[in-house]
Order: sequence, then C-alpha cells, then structure tokens
Amino acid sequence: MKETLFTIIENRPLTDTVYLMRLSGDTGDITAAGQFVNIRLDGLFLRRPISVCDLNGQELTLVYKVVGKGTAQMAGMVSGEALDLLTGLGNGYDLTLPAERVLLLGGGVGIPPLYLLAKRLLAQGKTVCVRLGFNHADEIFFENEFRALGCEVTVFTVDGSAGEKGFVTNGLDRERYDVFYTCGPEPMLRAVYRSTVTSGQFSFEERMGCGFGACMGCSCRTITGYKRICREGPVLMKEEILWED
Amino acid sequence: MGRLSVNLCGIELDNPVIPASGTFGYGYEFAEWYDINVLGTFSFKGTTLEPRFGNPTPRIAECTAGMINAVGLQNPGVKAVIEHELPEMAKVFRKPVMANVSGFSLDEYRETCRLLDAQPQVGWLEVNVSCPNVHGGGMAFGTDPDAVRRVTEAVKSVATKPVLLKLSPNVTDIVSIAKAAVDGGADGISLINTLLGMRIDLKTRRPVIANKMGGFSGSAVFPVALRMVYQVAHAVSVPVVGMGGVSSPENVIEMMLAGATAVQIGAANLVDPMACKRIIDGLPETMDRYGIATLNEIIGGVC
Ligand SMILES: Cc1cc2nc3c(=O)[nH]c(=O)nc-3n(C[C@H](O)[C@H](O)[C@H](O)COP(=O)(O)OP(=O)(O)OC[C@H]3O[C@@H](n4cnc5c(N)ncnc54)[C@H](O)[C@@H]3O)c2cc1C
Ligand SMILES: Cc1cc2nc3c(=O)[nH]c(=O)nc-3n(C[C@H](O)[C@H](O)[C@H](O)COP(=O)(O)O)c2cc1C
Ligand code: FES
Repeated sequence: MKETLFTIIENRPLTDTVYLMRLSGDTGDITAAGQFVNIRLDGLFLRRPISVCDLNGQELTLVYKVVGKGTAQMAGMVSGEALDLLTGLGNGYDLTLPAERVLLLGGGVGIPPLYLLAKRLLAQGKTVCVRLGFNHADEIFFENEFRALGCEVTVFTVDGSAGEKGFVTNGLDRERYDVFYTCGPEPMLRAVYRSTVTSGQFSFEERMGCGFGACMGCSCRTITGYKRICREGPVLMKEEILWED
Repeated sequence: MGRLSVNLCGIELDNPVIPASGTFGYGYEFAEWYDINVLGTFSFKGTTLEPRFGNPTPRIAECTAGMINAVGLQNPGVKAVIEHELPEMAKVFRKPVMANVSGFSLDEYRETCRLLDAQPQVGWLEVNVSCPNVHGGGMAFGTDPDAVRRVTEAVKSVATKPVLLKLSPNVTDIVSIAKAAVDGGADGISLINTLLGMRIDLKTRRPVIANKMGGFSGSAVFPVALRMVYQVAHAVSVPVVGMGGVSSPENVIEMMLAGATAVQIGAANLVDPMACKRIIDGLPETMDRYGIATLNEIIGGVC
C-alpha cells in the first residue's frame, strides 16, 4: 500500500457516462488484477474506490462511471492534473487456480478489473472466454479491447439492442470452463453464483470508510468468518460466500 | 521533557497526538504506512466482553467535511483481543497503549476493564459510555449523569491503571456528565465521541446507513468538540483528552488552548493513513509560528 500522486495523461469518455483515465505514477504497490485504488478528490471527505483496469509499467488505467459528485469531478479533469491515490489495496484475483479454459463474467463497471485479469491469464497460456453484460447497446465498452487481447467475447444486452439478448448467465449451461472470475452488480453476482458449476472468484463492492482495513466499515460475513471487503476482499472464493438475506 | 511532551494521568507522552478508537484498528494496519512509535499512544478499537460482528452494511455515509459511521462496535471480544491482538500490537508498538472499552451492563464494563487492566501493555482504560450505534447500548449510560457515575465507580473498583471516561456529545449539559464521572472517581475525561447523525439517499428515498442513524465525525464537528472540551476542562480538575474533527497541527494547538492535555484524531486517519505522523511532524514548525515554546505550557491557556 502506498499514498502517491499520479499525473493524468488521458481522460476520455468511452460512452455517455463511462470514462477511461490513464495516469502515470508509482505503481509499485499494485500487485494483482482485481485490486483497487482509493482516490482523494477536492471538497469530498471520503476517498472514492476504483478498480485497477490496466497496468503498464508506471502507467495505470481506470475506467469509471459517473454516478455522483466524485466521479463527476473525475470526468472534468484534464491531462496534466494530479490525483492523490492510495494504491495496492485489496487482495485481487488469484491467478493460481488450476484451469485451461477460464470464463470471465462482467457487468457494467464491473468489467474494468477483468481486463488486467484477462491479460494476465492469457500470458499464462490460458484460454479466456469473456461474457460482457450491459443494459443497452449505447453502454457497451471494451468489447473490442478484450477481442484485441485474444479473448473469445460475447456481449449481452438486457434489451437485446446489441449482441445476445439477456444476461451474462444466459445459456451458461452450454459453456465449458474450468474456473470463472466475475465482477458486477450484486444481482448479477447472485445469478452467476446460482448458474455456475465450477469454483470461481467474485469481486464485491461495499461502501468504504478507509479502503485499507482500519475502520471496519466494509465487513461482511463469510463461511470462514468475517472479512473486510477492502482488505481480505474485494475478491472472495465462491465456496466462502454467505449471501445476506 | 521534550518540547512536545505532555503528562497524561501520570504517564509521559512524547507528544499529545493519539489516534482515536475505531479509526486505528489495533495499530498494525497503520504500521504498514509508518513507524507508529512516533505517536504519543493510540486508543485501540472499542472492546466488549463478547465478540460482536456489529451492524449490517452500509455502515458508512459521506457528509460535507465529515462522515457517518455505524460500525456497531465490531470486535472479537476481550479474550481474543488479549490473546491475539495485543501480542500482534506489541510487535509494532512499544509504548503503553490506551484500551477503549464498551459495555451493555455495569458487570460487563467491570469485567472487560478488569481483564484489560491486567495487561502490561495497557497504560490507560478509556471507557466509552457514548457509542450511539448500538440499540439500547452506550447511549443510555452516557446521557444520564447517574449512570455515568455508576459505570465509573464499577470500573474504578477493579482498575489499577488510570481510567478516562469517554463522553457522548449527544447530551444537553456535558458539564454535568463530566462532573458525574469525576465524582465516580474518573482520572480523566475524553471527549467527544460522535454526534448522532443521518443521511438519506434521494434516489432510493432510504437512509444511506443500514442502521438508519450513525455517528457523525470529521472536520465538520471541530467547533462543537472544541466548545465541549473548553466547557469540561474549565469545570473539572482532571486531565481532558480532546477530540472531534482534528486534522492539523493548528487544530491540536487549539484543542490544547481550550484545555486538552492530549488530543485524539479519528476520521482523519481514514482519509489520510499518514495523518497523525504528518500532524506530529508539523507541530514544531507550527509552534514556532505562534511563539509556543512547549506544548505543556499552553494547556488551558484560554480562559
Ligand atoms: C472495491 C471497489 C471497486 C470499484 N471499482 C469501480 C470501477 O472500476 N469503476 C467504477 O465506475 N466504479 C467502481 N466502484 C464504485 C465507485 O466506488 C462508486 O461508484 C463511487 O465511489 C461513487 O462516487 P461518487 O462520488 O461519484 O458518488 P456519490 O453517490 O456522490 O458517492 C457518495 C458516497 O457513496 C459511496 N459510493 C457510492 N456508490 C458506491 C458504490 N457502488 N460502491 C462503493 N461506494 C459507493 C462513495 O464512495 C461516496 O462515499 C468500485 C467500488 C468498490 C468498493
Ligand atoms: C469508523 C469509526 C469507528 C469508531 N469506533 C469507536 C469505538 O469503537 N469506540 C469509541 O470510543 N469511539 C469510536 N469512534 C469515535 C472516535 O473515536 C472519535 O471519538 C470521533 O470519531 C470524533 O473524532 P473525529 O472527528 O476525529 O473522528 C469511532 C469513530 C469512527 C469514525
Ligand atoms: S473500508 Fe475501512 S476497513 Fe474496509
């Protein structure tokens, strides 16, 4: 974990509400795909957690959706501006799970962390099959980026305006995979939990106070005891998840 | 004594800066950010007799210049704290530490304090009678002078270490509560705990916090906290530990001028893990700027 200033080198919209920001700085403490950074923003008390989407040497990519004050402020920033980040937060995905064929399931802004994950899985020689879910055609992003990496990509839209109609779990019984990794809104995670037949890893979100394990703001119960989403998470194994109510 | 050192109930602190309970875990999370031995001491997470998971999430809400928390005293219980957390803590912190205790009955306060008092690492007991998060819990004790006196007496009957009573600001007359604690034998007072607060999400029209309400703290509460520290410090003769919204060396000096012997820092640690170190590092220069030779001489400097 480290607190460092990053400099924005690019900040551009991918869709009406989703932006891609590239930053340069000390990325030394970022060790795994699925980790996140916690961003300090002017005039806001708490930092905002955003997943690591990509990493190239000193260059960090974040993909974020404008949903409120903090993300709106980020969308208005330009290259050259500095951002104060806590880096290297969270456990990240486990790349050592044995598999030849890996399934990634992402929904909306749950997709970004799967990008670095896909790169690293491909580098291990695994076959990576990606299912990306959106509400509508105009929300789609990163379809081509995943293809360019060499993944098999299927896009789903809830209203059928592009790709296959429905959810990323549609027709999952016909898919062949040894392990899966997923990130997205909780209803999607629950559906993935029900529809998958192998082991896999889920990345969760929770409102955070600190993001580095100090406040107990993000605790959840698991089969193996309580865990802090910011520290022992955000990635949990399927087998340890306890859904509340 | 150094320029920054103060004496809190008979124990010398290298400086008056103390991370507040619930915002510093058991210290070792922060030891990954800096050598926490630079601190005066720290107050570890509120401990109860039995383990507690705490409240459902969301437990955190953002506010203007502050935050609301409704963690609900999540902690592994006093036995696990003594068996696991204190030994881990000893690896990263070699000074006496402040043990923060919560309870739901006089017996529970007494027993938890008795067990923690016996730990050589523990320098002070800080008895929280104010946590607003727990149904039927701390609130009842902290808002009634009589109950505060009884809790203090119960704890004092088993304690060999100095006992600080940590007060809730959610009362009409903070001075009467502080006096009740002193009547019960308190060796010091620490205040303020969080102010009861609430936020509503406009999209869902539901409270942001699952528990509906929670404790408000952070920079926004500083003037309220300072006022209460001032009132209490002028009404009692025991040392006062001031806290609430402190985030800079200037805030520390202001709290001490109001009457605080030492100063705790809470929410600021969550936003900036290095906050306490930065404040300590900034103190000498800030003192120079205001012509302060030693911190000890300014305690209660404003009448
Ligand atoms: C581990 C983790 C990784 C994340 N990764 C991404 C990502 O890669 N891309 C992306 O677009 N979003 C991501 N999010 C969600 C993102 O943190 C929130 O959308 C963002 O904090 C909203 O801030 P705001 O000021 O714009 O919204 P506001 O609604 O004004 O925020 C108010 C408060 O609520 C909190 N909050 C609001 N929504 C969420 C949420 N969904 N999760 C956690 N806290 C929230 C904020 O942090 C803030 O404290 C992630 C969340 C977590 C916990
Ligand atoms: C996340 C969080 C957890 C807290 N937990 C405790 C606790 O367990 N016991 C306690 O006495 N006070 C607890 N507090 C209150 C703080 O110790 C402190 O009194 C209060 O936050 C005011 O200081 P601040 O404005 O600097 O945060 C907690 C505060 C926060 C923000
Ligand atoms: S957000 Fe503070 S412990 Fe996880």
